[in-house]
Amino acid sequence: MFRTSDWTDQKIEVVIANLLRAGVTLAASIVLAGGLVFLVRHGFAVPHYRTFAGEPSDLRQWKGIARAAFALRGRGIIQLGLLVLIATPVARVAFSAFAFALEKDWFYVGVASFVLTVLLYSLVGTTL
Amino acid sequence: MNNLEFTLLVASGSFMAGFLGALTGLGGGVVLVPLLTLVFQVDIRYAVGASLVSVIATSSGAAVAYLRDGFSNIRIGMFLEVATTVGALFGAFLAAKVSTAAIGVVFGLMLLYSGYTSTRTPVESPEDDHPDPLATRLGMNGVYPSLAGPKAYFVHRVPVGFGLMFGAGALSGLLGIGSGAVKVLAMDQAMGIPFKVSTTTSNFMIGVTAAASAGVYLSRGYIDPGLAMPVMLGVLAGSLAGARLLARTKTQRLRWVFAAVIATLGVEMLYGAFSGKI
Repeated sequence: MFRTSDWTDQKIEVVIANLLRAGVTLAASIVLAGGLVFLVRHGFAVPHYRTFAGEPSDLRQWKGIARAAFALRGRGIIQLGLLVLIATPVARVAFSAFAFALEKDWFYVGVASFVLTVLLYSLVGTTL
Repeated sequence: MNNLEFTLLVASGSFMAGFLGALTGLGGGVVLVPLLTLVFQVDIRYAVGASLVSVIATSSGAAVAYLRDGFSNIRIGMFLEVATTVGALFGAFLAAKVSTAAIGVVFGLMLLYSGYTSTRTPVESPEDDHPDPLATRLGMNGVYPSLAGPKAYFVHRVPVGFGLMFGAGALSGLLGIGSGAVKVLAMDQAMGIPFKVSTTTSNFMIGVTAAASAGVYLSRGYIDPGLAMPVMLGVLAGSLAGARLLARTKTQRLRWVFAAVIATLGVEMLYGAFSGKI
């Protein structure tokens, strides 16, 4: 009736913790690097956040962000870091699905797969 | 004000929000949007986008510490994430349909509610009674470490908790916050999960919930890199510093002060929305 945290559950949690830490560290480093490039180049320009214009289309989808980042544009690099950050919980859910499969808990493999589908729909379906 | 000055000011403000949020356990996300809209005059859609991104960072950062303690319950979290992620998608689509003033009103009410709940001391749910058949079939009952050794608990009223979680997800997607207050309400009050387990599992779920609406926000152009950069880095650094200090500080009075700040921001937000400033 009870699920005690046995060896596998313990191990899963350690892997998830490391995954999350790596994802956040990587994302924060990329965002920081992009921020420095952005500020060196545009530090003295005046920001306009008071009125909403929406981002240009190349900073709204995967391909545009990748292109902008590899062209070493500051805003593109920041956006790439934010994509890594958004992908971190997605990777966590994907790993959980895999871990439930190792435990042969097929119901929770289904639950995790459903959550993963919703996340991928939001991330890939709307930003392609 | 140029980009450099703006970045430094927003980063400092976000650092304070993350610091106080972690120190009081109330989360910094809920004060970020009022800070950006009321103080820095940022359009609420950009503010919500930047806040949502920082919520993912703090949730994932804090989860590392919680997971090691063995309080969070992966199965409860994963099952309820079905409700929060679908709710978050719904909330994110709703954000494009309603006016910014309406978002301001909902935000103001949410702040007042958060301020109110944070002043209450948690009431432990009654000692374990009878197992609930549905929760048992879903494998949700668990064990958590207590001073007297491992302690078993039963989970109750899964459908009510599931419904509340959909609401928590929708609020998260609409307002760009973690909505931890509603998540804890669902698990602690409705499902009778021990307080420590529900707060840590809630934190664990926040990142996944926020990621569900982040894709929609990104494709709609709500996430501005120049604004999200200082907000995300500031909140992350602040919350890590706050969590480090937490073990050595008495936070009861600070909780009251921060709750008062949250409630005041709620009133300001409502005023801003009704006077047409948001």
